[in-house]
Amino acid sequence: MAQVAEHLDGTTAHDNHDAHDHHHKETFITKYIFSTDHKMIGKQFLITGIFMGLIGMVMSLLFRLQLAWPEQSFPILETLLGKWAPDGVMDPNIYLALVTIHGTIMVFFVLTAGLSGTFSNLLIPLQIGARDMASGFLNMVSYWLFFISSVIMVVSLFVEAGPAAAGWTVYPPLSALPQAMPGSGLGMTLWLISMTFFIAGSLIGSLNYIVTVLNLRTKGMSMTRLPLTIWAFFVTAILGVLSFPVLLSASLLLLFDRSMGTSFYLSDIFIGGQVLEHAGGSPVLFQHLFWFLGHPEVYIILLPALGITSEVISTNARKPIFGYRAMVGSILAIAFLSFIVWGHHMFVTGMNPFLGSVFTFTTLLIAIPSAVKAFNYITTLWKGNLQLTTGMLFSIALVSTFITGGLTGIVLGDSALDINVHDTYFVVAHFHIVMGLSAIFGLFAGVYHWFPKMFGRMMNKPLGYVHFWITFVCSYGVFFPMHFLGLAGLPRRYYANTAFPMFDNLVDINVLISFFAIAGGIAQVIFLFNFFYSMYRGKKAEQNPWRSNTLEWTTPVEHIHGNWPGELPTVHRWAYDYSKPGAEEDFVPQTVPLQPGEKATGH
Amino acid sequence: MIGLLTVVVVVLAILAIVQIVRVFELSSEVRKDDERENQLKANDYNGKLMLLFLVLMMGGFIWGTIAWWDIMLPKAGSEHGVKTDNLMALTMIVIIAVFMITQPLLFYFAYKYRGVTKNQKAEYIEHNNKLELIWTTIPAVVLAGIILYGLTTWIDIFSNEFDEEPIYVEVYSKQFGWNARLAGEDNKLGYANVRYIKGANIMGVDPDDINALDDRVVSELYLPVNKPVVFRFRSQDVIHSAYMPHFRLQMNCVPGTTTQFAFTPTVTTSEMRQDKGVMKRVDNINKLRMEAGEEDMYEFDYVLLCNKICGSAHYNMQMKIVVVEESEYNDWLKKQTTFAEAI
Repeated sequence: MAQVAEHLDGTTAHDNHDAHDHHHKETFITKYIFSTDHKMIGKQFLITGIFMGLIGMVMSLLFRLQLAWPEQSFPILETLLGKWAPDGVMDPNIYLALVTIHGTIMVFFVLTAGLSGTFSNLLIPLQIGARDMASGFLNMVSYWLFFISSVIMVVSLFVEAGPAAAGWTVYPPLSALPQAMPGSGLGMTLWLISMTFFIAGSLIGSLNYIVTVLNLRTKGMSMTRLPLTIWAFFVTAILGVLSFPVLLSASLLLLFDRSMGTSFYLSDIFIGGQVLEHAGGSPVLFQHLFWFLGHPEVYIILLPALGITSEVISTNARKPIFGYRAMVGSILAIAFLSFIVWGHHMFVTGMNPFLGSVFTFTTLLIAIPSAVKAFNYITTLWKGNLQLTTGMLFSIALVSTFITGGLTGIVLGDSALDINVHDTYFVVAHFHIVMGLSAIFGLFAGVYHWFPKMFGRMMNKPLGYVHFWITFVCSYGVFFPMHFLGLAGLPRRYYANTAFPMFDNLVDINVLISFFAIAGGIAQVIFLFNFFYSMYRGKKAEQNPWRSNTLEWTTPVEHIHGNWPGELPTVHRWAYDYSKPGAEEDFVPQTVPLQPGEKATGH
Repeated sequence: MIGLLTVVVVVLAILAIVQIVRVFELSSEVRKDDERENQLKANDYNGKLMLLFLVLMMGGFIWGTIAWWDIMLPKAGSEHGVKTDNLMALTMIVIIAVFMITQPLLFYFAYKYRGVTKNQKAEYIEHNNKLELIWTTIPAVVLAGIILYGLTTWIDIFSNEFDEEPIYVEVYSKQFGWNARLAGEDNKLGYANVRYIKGANIMGVDPDDINALDDRVVSELYLPVNKPVVFRFRSQDVIHSAYMPHFRLQMNCVPGTTTQFAFTPTVTTSEMRQDKGVMKRVDNINKLRMEAGEEDMYEFDYVLLCNKICGSAHYNMQMKIVVVEESEYNDWLKKQTTFAEAI
């Protein structure tokens, strides 16, 4: 393996000389825009992701205003939504568009590209000891495809009839027929085109990650010595490669139905006063294809966050991650199971009840590896010497939301129980907590932890703590009460709950949720400020500020092309020798050879 | 002008904050604050805040459960609904127990093991096969129980075995409303397809099918209590979902195909209105409505709502369902116009 690495990327002296030359030839455009350097590409993913996240968050605040104070006038709505909020009152169609685009942006643009894109790019070469990705050029293409898809998605917000509004799952026929809702016109076409670019970018990126992890590990970096971050990114990339193409086919077939008169998803439809020609298609087919991606997608979002957490918790607990092999095993088990559970999104589509039974069985099995992970995190804290940095706090918060949200999954994955809570706010609570919050906390943990690696400066600590506590409290404040709304039978995606007097007693809870949402939104301004301020004015970082074992902290603070001056580091141990008895310090970097008489850890 | 002023104010505010943060950082540098000493202090108060958070979270959870107990759905009005509720209660007990054990452990450890002195040392523990076996086996066993109980209930709900001949009712959805079609005296629904929609024939029933002639199309559905009912769901345009929360019943209505759900309503609407839990909820809602200045008072009714995003008026797509004694149902049925009369 090491030889392959040498061959492909060069650890020899003359190659380093080349790297040195590149450094001098760099112009603004090659360094900051069409960069092929994985560290720069990681930062590009992060900043694009943060920008998209800002849009997604503001959208959520707008519809929270509508949900707490339905059909009341807010000048801000008129300012931001213009003709879609006449006199400051939101139009029902734009409400649906906001929830749709909020979901799309958060799931794909922030938590897939912004999280996995950022940290896979930044950390894979640095933590496995490679000069760069296997293909720097494809890596650049991957980012720019993502960028194009972001631009198209943002442009779609400004089309005449409004952006896509059929929910982020874009179920046909609603998404297929412009007669069904204004958002299913040009807005939907742009949504599908944007996703096509997104998937292409994601595939190229994932293939690159897989090849890099398999082929470019430095000498001594066996698979069982990989930090858990890399395991998570690696398995995530495999999930992406296997599942995203299915979404691509699903969207292409939807495009055909929309513009070429095919009937993959459409049959027997009477709309706008006439019967459509379409016959023989099945709307449920789309759901099968969509969720064949959609469920692995949940883990494409979550696994990188769990990987980041493993690394941050272990480093800051000054303790090895508890049960490394079980952690790797549970990542693999979760990844495998994620491919055979998609039907739990479709218990009430009328599919054969026998299938419902199968999917209930496979779905609830996921609780076992998830429980193993949760217990291992908790045990890693046990008897530790916890350094509660901002990254660590976000990681602990992630474990908390992972447990809370995971537990309600046991209700939703049980087909008999799903009947009555399906598509209610119980589901909204569940997936926001287990996937949304956990992943965004993982993203924050990663940003706070690797900020010094990315920008060579530290983020401001007190601001980080303020940001964390407001965010954490508000997150639970927003999503926990939603369980009760769901158990009251309140359906999601309702523009207003006023049409049903039976929901009149839910007004107070909705107001409470909106207050927490607004406070949580304001707290993100602190983060943005801290991020950009620290980028330019933050305190200069030391080489290894968290006293961590992994290879990225053996590179110089100042970024260089090729990561390490001179030879690539050689790895002698796993990444988790924290507080090892007999060692002088409470950490032993992976590059330190085994000392005479030191017990090997079996890695 | 106001826009410009806002921009100026925001820019000035950002500059001011930048300077303040800068001052703090510089003063910390001047004081030569020990970085590690600083972190120990931060560990201390953040660890304590973790414990405080735990107390708030558990307190909030208990408070919410008590305060919002009465907003949750009242008792089930159907035979299978009671079984679903039992399964739900058991599942809830299990997951709340796990929640109440794991969250305190997590936050307590975060507090207890926070690094407060320079000499504090973590214990080197790689793994423990026994512990790991325990927390793989226990969830596996508990889940096996839940899966078994869940699947039994699920199979029971969809078994479609009836002691007596069920009533067939078609539930028909379109943007944005519901209709129902009762099978009539022959208890057979006539064939229907959207291609037959014309004039008064709003559900596209085949006029040449003799089974269709005695069918009755209604916009408010009556059902007899304790008689099995088979709902056949259709949609005219996009996917809708027929959600009847009080029956614990939901099924998607998919254009191009028919879906089905069989159940038995067990509580009449008027019995439900007399139920203590329901009365408490209704009184509370009416109190709130009065405070909000609403004129008409709320009265309990079974309701069918749309629970799959279907367009602009998705939030207001409902049909009233009334469960009555069988004799009253028969009287009502006789009054409804048959399909033959309607066309």
